[in-house]
Amino acid sequence: MSAIMSSPSERKPTLSLAGSLAAGVAFAILALMLAHRGTSGPIVMTLALAAWACAWFTNVIWSRAQGLPPMLTRLAAVAVPLLFGLTLVFLWEVICVGLKVPTVLLPAPSLILSRLFASLPVLGADFVQTFVRAALPGWLIGSAAGFLVALACDRSDFLRRGLIPIGNFISALPIIGIAPILVMWFGFDWHSKAAMVVVMTFFPMLVNAVAGLAAAGRLERDLMHSYGASWLQTLMKLRLPAAMPFLFNALKINASLALIGAIVAEFFGTPTLGMGFRISTEVGRMSLDMVWATIVIAAIAGSAFFGALVLLEKRVTFWHPSNRG
Amino acid sequence: MSSVALQTPREAAAPHRVWDGLRRGALVPVLTLTAIILAVWYLACLPMNRDLPQLARVEGLANRYEAAWSLERPVLPAPHQIITELYASTIGTRLLRETADGLVLNPRNLLTHAWVTISATLAGFVIGVTLGIALAVAIVHVNALRRSLMPWIVASQSIPILAIAPIIIVALGSVGIVGLLPKAVISAYLSFFPVTIGMVKGLTSPDAMLLDLMRTYNASGTQTFVKLRWPAAMPLLFASLKVSISISLVGAIVGELPTGAQAGIGARLLSGSYYGQTVQIWSALVMAAILAALLVALITLAEKLTLKAMGARP
Repeated sequence: MSAIMSSPSERKPTLSLAGSLAAGVAFAILALMLAHRGTSGPIVMTLALAAWACAWFTNVIWSRAQGLPPMLTRLAAVAVPLLFGLTLVFLWEVICVGLKVPTVLLPAPSLILSRLFASLPVLGADFVQTFVRAALPGWLIGSAAGFLVALACDRSDFLRRGLIPIGNFISALPIIGIAPILVMWFGFDWHSKAAMVVVMTFFPMLVNAVAGLAAAGRLERDLMHSYGASWLQTLMKLRLPAAMPFLFNALKINASLALIGAIVAEFFGTPTLGMGFRISTEVGRMSLDMVWATIVIAAIAGSAFFGALVLLEKRVTFWHPSNRG
Repeated sequence: MSSVALQTPREAAAPHRVWDGLRRGALVPVLTLTAIILAVWYLACLPMNRDLPQLARVEGLANRYEAAWSLERPVLPAPHQIITELYASTIGTRLLRETADGLVLNPRNLLTHAWVTISATLAGFVIGVTLGIALAVAIVHVNALRRSLMPWIVASQSIPILAIAPIIIVALGSVGIVGLLPKAVISAYLSFFPVTIGMVKGLTSPDAMLLDLMRTYNASGTQTFVKLRWPAAMPLLFASLKVSISISLVGAIVGELPTGAQAGIGARLLSGSYYGQTVQIWSALVMAAILAALLVALITLAEKLTLKAMGARP
């Protein structure tokens, strides 16, 4: 707090930052209250635009970060995108409520949230069916299989030269299209969805792992050779650590592919639960708030999965230039 | 000895180049692996289809295989069945049909469906790429936008975007927009992310020395953009375009699923899965693969021509 009061030249941007933030919040609260009371569109829209302008001004000052106390500057990396996201949600809410957008077209965030909390048990069961039973095991099996085949490619150059072009080709294909076939082979339950995820995640891991296993430098390899290290020792002590950035790249790509694969495969037939099933049936019944609630869950699950992998990557590849600040 | 020494290494290797290319290149391994995959596929046809009633009374291994390779609704069709179906539904069927309104595309022809999907793909691709480039330019030039928008663009990649495909179809359908545009919106939504990410990287790839050089020339912001940033971004733009076009095709196909669209590759997949027409599903899949390969090949060709015109060496 003392930093804010430190010198006269630094006080001004801090004051205008606080001022525009406070004005923005005030405008936003006023706009939301009036919108939910049913005040006519133009007034609410003007207030909303004012709130948006304040938020934008705040962001411009904050991201320029000149003359701000160091604490606020450090906060900018989190606060600026957060404020931007909050502004978007706010505009969404005000436009939906203020202009009375039909729920079928776009439900307001408040409606989605209340539906989310009202149907937590259903959404929870869907989450378990799609994420825990299908996406997660499929992701594990597919990535592990891709890695093992990459190891085989590493032992046999013939296999590598044959498989990598095929893998690159298949990565460009709309592989999700085999979902109906897998549903036919493995049944309606989560097995077919897990199989879909296995197929989708296999090739990104294969291509990345082969590139990663080739990433260790010639000098380091020669060093291992001069130590008389076996293939396994070289792999464990040198090449696997060197391949980690590539492996994590594939794991992160696969994390989003896994959720997409599991959800889209459910469009082709499921027992009566699962996120894809919920989306396709609720769309049919025109209850779009439930669809959006499912998507919020999927987005949170996807982001958390991705975020956990990013954290793990930072721990494992602490030596990589991108992690040394 | 001396004559050999005078030859450049390339000339010396010339007589063996074809053989060397075969030995070191990817052609032989790829063909070998493809042959192995096909052989396993043919062999798997019998175990995969063994529970079908048509095979119950067939005796002898050779006879059983012969029957398994020519089933009407197999669990796993043999490759030649797919190719036959592909031929019959493209070249073997009339593409145009006479109706009361004149000539229309025949919905029994697979090429009609391929055209429906590819037009949505291309429309979405063009919208998405334009949007992606515009966003990248804005992000590179407006500091506040870079700080506030970039984290959201990166975070949004971890969200299963395809899951909102049905919503877009239904939402746009409720205001009377049907047909090509909703699918194109999904394709655009999917394809702008790689372009934005790639172009932000590409437009910021010129290092401080090059930017300083532009400053010593007293170049304006526009000139720096046109003469330095834009050309420098080209390799990354084309790498992103290849990802974009294939993801755009996936978007168009998935966009055809939720409302049971009447036409398109996705509709063929869905109707094939409803009626158990496995050969139809597989031929639609092969058609989708051909489309994807064609589209990526087109981008690769454009990339080669552009980079060549810019003076890049292979």
